[in-house]
Amino acid sequence: MRSLAAIEVDIDRFAPRADARAGARVLLELSEEVLEHWAAARGEAPTSEQKEGFRLLALHRQGARGVPSFNACRETCREIAYHYNLLTTDVDPSAAARTQRMMGMLAKHLLLFVSGKMQVEGLGEFCCASRPLRVE
Amino acid sequence: MSDTPVEDKKAKYQRVAYYPGCALEGTGHAYNRSTKAVGKALGLELDEVKNWNCCGAMEVKNIDPKIQTYLSSRVMSIAANEMHADVVMAPCNGCYHNLKKAEHDLAHDAGSREVVDRISQKAGHATYQAGQLETIHALDWIKQGVGEEELKKRVKNSLKGLKVANYYGCMYTRPRHIFPEKDRGPGSESTSQPHFMDDLLEAAGAENVDFALKTACCGGAHTLSDSDTSTKLVLNILRAAEAAGADVIATECPTCHSGLEMHQVRAETVLGQKTTVKMMYFTQLLGVALGLAPRKVGLHENVSDGIELLKSKGLE
Repeated sequence: MRSLAAIEVDIDRFAPRADARAGARVLLELSEEVLEHWAAARGEAPTSEQKEGFRLLALHRQGARGVPSFNACRETCREIAYHYNLLTTDVDPSAAARTQRMMGMLAKHLLLFVSGKMQVEGLGEFCCASRPLRVE
Repeated sequence: MSDTPVEDKKAKYQRVAYYPGCALEGTGHAYNRSTKAVGKALGLELDEVKNWNCCGAMEVKNIDPKIQTYLSSRVMSIAANEMHADVVMAPCNGCYHNLKKAEHDLAHDAGSREVVDRISQKAGHATYQAGQLETIHALDWIKQGVGEEELKKRVKNSLKGLKVANYYGCMYTRPRHIFPEKDRGPGSESTSQPHFMDDLLEAAGAENVDFALKTACCGGAHTLSDSDTSTKLVLNILRAAEAAGADVIATECPTCHSGLEMHQVRAETVLGQKTTVKMMYFTQLLGVALGLAPRKVGLHENVSDGIELLKSKGLE
């Protein structure tokens, strides 16, 4: 498994491809790699299953199990899936580069959110739907 | 409560109890000012909850969630039992979230009811009972208390030409189970694609851009424990808004708003990354559209100075 820093470098270096489908696949895989880290950090094997046609959404569901605050990246994952669909099912050539850039920013947001939670101990406990520290 | 017909909601939201919360007396003062000014301009009335207390923000629940439930229940008890209000409006996402969560916990958790009752008795006030009050956000108040058609009639200064990215943050819609009135089809708010702010600003003439990060985490709760992560999260939101073509990010939460403003400055000074998109509360934008002076809606209080931008669009 590559480091989160290496994944971040790839996201930052990503440039829209002439083949929008290929660009979308690259960004989706980078996003999946991010969530694999979260699952692995919790001592779990990252799922290979799919939810609604996306492994990314299955990985998110796996990551949110028992950690309600992880849902703060739920819509980010769903937006990544939506942008993937935009780029692979009905590509508007005039918008393809912009849509890839936006998908890249979504992937970056996912990485920042997940890496932030992993790097700072207890960080996730201060999110919106956190589990109480003292009571549980 | 969630099935109240539209016309009845208009009447019901005409005069509501107002819970500004701590942020609106501090960093979010401009939101307080503009919410009151817009409400007045639209003929809506606010009765501030007497002797209100902090809702516990994001911190108290990490010590003891039932104490947090009590703090919100006390605010609701005053509104319901002392002011005899049916509706309490909280413009801050954190307060709104906590009141909704307290409502949910009191309806579904006997342990929360027991703790809240015990502390309420000790504090010498009536115990809040689930269902006594409806908690709404400032977006509900204006969207359902006035509506787009009425708003359009009152616009004196159309926001035409102003490109807006509507940013809702993460607490307005999460967790979904504490917002049973959302996701109920046409007319209701969506937890995955919220649109009430988009609807209101469109009615005021603004051009809403397609903004993929409208509910993304701004890192607000991390800002003290890990400022760098917050700065990077905010920078990504600002860049996404600019990439979507926005002149302005419209906000409806004082924590998100001040986070976006402060980390925009920090991104430039610490990371050397400059962005130029401006932040304004949706109530400030509505106020300008209704013909209120910029000072009346507190635009001069924003760190992100949008007055020149509005002048350039002929909106002053």
